[in-house]
Amino acid sequence: MSETPMLDELEKGPFPSFVTEIKKAGETKEAARDLLRLLERSYKDKKTHWKHGGIVAVKGYGGGVIGRYCDLPDEFPAVAHFHTVRINQPTSKFYTTKSLRAICDIWEKRGSGITNFHGSTGDFVLLGTFTEELQPLRDDLAELDPPFDIGGSGSDLRTPSACIGPARCEWACYDTLDVCYEMTKEYQMPLHRPMWPYKFKIKCSGCPNDCVAAKARSDFAIIGTWRDDIKIDQNEVKEYAKIMDIQAEVVDLCPTGCMSWDGSTLSIDNANCVRCMHCINKMPKALAPGDDRGATVLIGAKAPMLDGSTIGWVFLPFVKLERPYDELKETLDNLWEWWDEEGKFRERVGELIWRKGVREVLKVLDIEPSPYMVSSPRNNPFMFFDKSELIHSDYIKELERRGIKLKGEE
Amino acid sequence: MVDWEERQKEYWDFIAKRREKDYFSDFGPPHYSLMLPPVVKDNYGKWKYHEVVKCGVLKHVSESGDVVYSIRAVTPRLLSIQTIRDFCDIADKYCDGYIRWTTRNNVEFLVTDESKIDPLINDLKAMKPAYPVGGTHDAVTGKYALSNIVHTQGWVHCHTPAIDASGIVKAVMDELFEYFEEMKLPALCRISLACCANMCGAVHASDIAIVGIHRAPPLIDDDGVRRMCELPSTVASCPNAAIKMKPKEKTVEVDSEKCMFCGNCYTMCPGMPMFDPENDGTAIMVAGKISAARSDPALSKVVVPWIPNEPPRWPKVVDAVKKILEAWASDAKKHERIAEWVERIGWEKFFEKTGLEFTQHLINDYNRTPYIYAQLRASTNFRW
Ligand code: SF4
Ligand code: SF4
Ligand code: SF4
Ligand code: SF4
Repeated sequence: MSETPMLDELEKGPFPSFVTEIKKAGETKEAARDLLRLLERSYKDKKTHWKHGGIVAVKGYGGGVIGRYCDLPDEFPAVAHFHTVRINQPTSKFYTTKSLRAICDIWEKRGSGITNFHGSTGDFVLLGTFTEELQPLRDDLAELDPPFDIGGSGSDLRTPSACIGPARCEWACYDTLDVCYEMTKEYQMPLHRPMWPYKFKIKCSGCPNDCVAAKARSDFAIIGTWRDDIKIDQNEVKEYAKIMDIQAEVVDLCPTGCMSWDGSTLSIDNANCVRCMHCINKMPKALAPGDDRGATVLIGAKAPMLDGSTIGWVFLPFVKLERPYDELKETLDNLWEWWDEEGKFRERVGELIWRKGVREVLKVLDIEPSPYMVSSPRNNPFMFFDKSELIHSDYIKELERRGIKLKGEE
Repeated sequence: MVDWEERQKEYWDFIAKRREKDYFSDFGPPHYSLMLPPVVKDNYGKWKYHEVVKCGVLKHVSESGDVVYSIRAVTPRLLSIQTIRDFCDIADKYCDGYIRWTTRNNVEFLVTDESKIDPLINDLKAMKPAYPVGGTHDAVTGKYALSNIVHTQGWVHCHTPAIDASGIVKAVMDELFEYFEEMKLPALCRISLACCANMCGAVHASDIAIVGIHRAPPLIDDDGVRRMCELPSTVASCPNAAIKMKPKEKTVEVDSEKCMFCGNCYTMCPGMPMFDPENDGTAIMVAGKISAARSDPALSKVVVPWIPNEPPRWPKVVDAVKKILEAWASDAKKHERIAEWVERIGWEKFFEKTGLEFTQHLINDYNRTPYIYAQLRASTNFRW
């Protein structure tokens, strides 16, 4: 009789099975065999058997390794410790097999042989090892050529990630790989040393299709876009007309109704185009983003904990992204300084923005307010005015005489 | 044209500087250029268009005329090193030793020679387990396949889950496999799973989100609270002010009237576990969207409040997801995602067409979400 009858059920069916994967690792690794037995227990008990955290670390780093202990260590000794190590993935998740094999060899020697390829944030996650293996593992990774470093965890900058962008996508409006890599390199300190109120994620998508879900999953989402006209190749449009109903599938689905098609020419009223990508997605050979390319930065996205879910809000409507990306760095530096100072324990940047108000963020980031930043202006007249905005009237003078401090007064 | 030599020199200079220190650290990931196949480096930023050869195979064409085919196989995310090595064998055999992964945990093999596609796919199918290709979409023809379900850790490795992750994903993908293999959905449909409300995978803007929830308040372990928790921060962790200090006993109590089982207190304080095998389970959310195409991004909404945990194959969760997917697929217009479909037909018809029951739980009473959120712009859809 199999020791894991429930999990065996999950080896059936056409989708590749994680159970088979754990068993594969179990051919050489005791830890993988114990993990499978422990997981079977969870399936029987309908609950997890992993205990609350536990601090583990490697020399010089505050994050990147996460302590995990089993609540039944006597029964499952090989997974009594089952710590996670996050490896900072190469940008856009390209690998040489040489590097991958080298990491596998290290992991065979130092851990369970099980990985998450990749974790939700983007790291190459090594799943399950003992405390005493952590430092040697980190050192082995550092000795590879090229070396691999560990990623973020806890209240730090999490490992940034990027879409495939210019490496293999015709729509990339900026170099997502380079921006992502350069930010990761620049901010190794905050990435490896949790010292903020909470976690902070940066993600780079090359166009509004947002393949890495930056808008929803990152505190700082860099979304490629363009400001000039969509490029049209009318000959290719005619080719598409042979295989699709351009009126129904392109023109009629344009959210602003800014396109028209007379059977031979496609026209776009670019002043009313909102760069949604629909028509470009539909006709990749015929249409392309314009040449005045850059990105929009949205800040504040997060999952529902605690104030409810958010998609990021526009703070930088358009930035030209040219090396060395100083504008991005300046924005990040200012944002972090403010959040570090004002943020409460476990308060995401989005929640701080809500608590303090957007006006404060504008000041901190030194950006001009613009209609690009709102879905609509406010629907109530309860506005704050600083003293500097007021007419120095007799009334104000009277308030001053009474020693009353007005808003914005030092 | 990118100057690869210069970028790599910058990288190696940076590494050299880091090596000067006593302890070699903070050197970051390898520079991406060291990992890119030659055809990608040569055509970087010069891709002109792409086509879908068949489900799971993309063809990208460069301005230079160069062509690259990408073969996309689905993975369960949890992989053994044996399987990674098997993938490496295939990449060595067909792709000159280069390989890549996608954000949605697919593995991709890039080849320049069309004749390598089918043998490569056959090698993937011959693996144990078999690794099938699929999950792509072709906007040109308006044919979409279901892509992989992104998910979190579940019982395999996390301490706060209300449900397993990998098992549910496996059961759902098995059932919906025909939609993965064949491009026969009317539009994109992104399914994702998070095993607790912490949602470390941030699934809150998915077409269909499977979310683990608890339904009973923490079972306080007073001794644990005393040993491991800081009382004021535990009290402060509750968004609903349900936790009160019991200073004399040096512990806390929870007002069950106010608790909505978010689990944030347990994250803060190990003395507040909240696992009930019979009452924990799954909620299902729908009609979220991230891409800007046609309509603004949108958050997902709860349409099934709770389904009990039924390992190993969670038949009721599978059934609910399938019902939603198929009701939408049979009724939606071309390119119309679930969010857009619901926008057109209305929520009352959504419940009618899916056959899901509308209960009082689905009416929002979480009044902590700031109302101003709606007046900030959460979309890049603007006019210049
Ligand atoms: S986000 Fe845009 S640029 Fe990036 S891979 Fe997706 S479609 Fe291409
Ligand atoms: S990008 Fe969107 S808004 Fe602009 S023309 Fe195309 S469909 Fe219309
Ligand atoms: S969603 Fe929750 S339970 Fe699941 S892995 Fe993330 S934090 Fe853990
Ligand atoms: S589970 Fe959430 S609502 Fe309930 S007591 Fe804990 S923090 Fe408060």
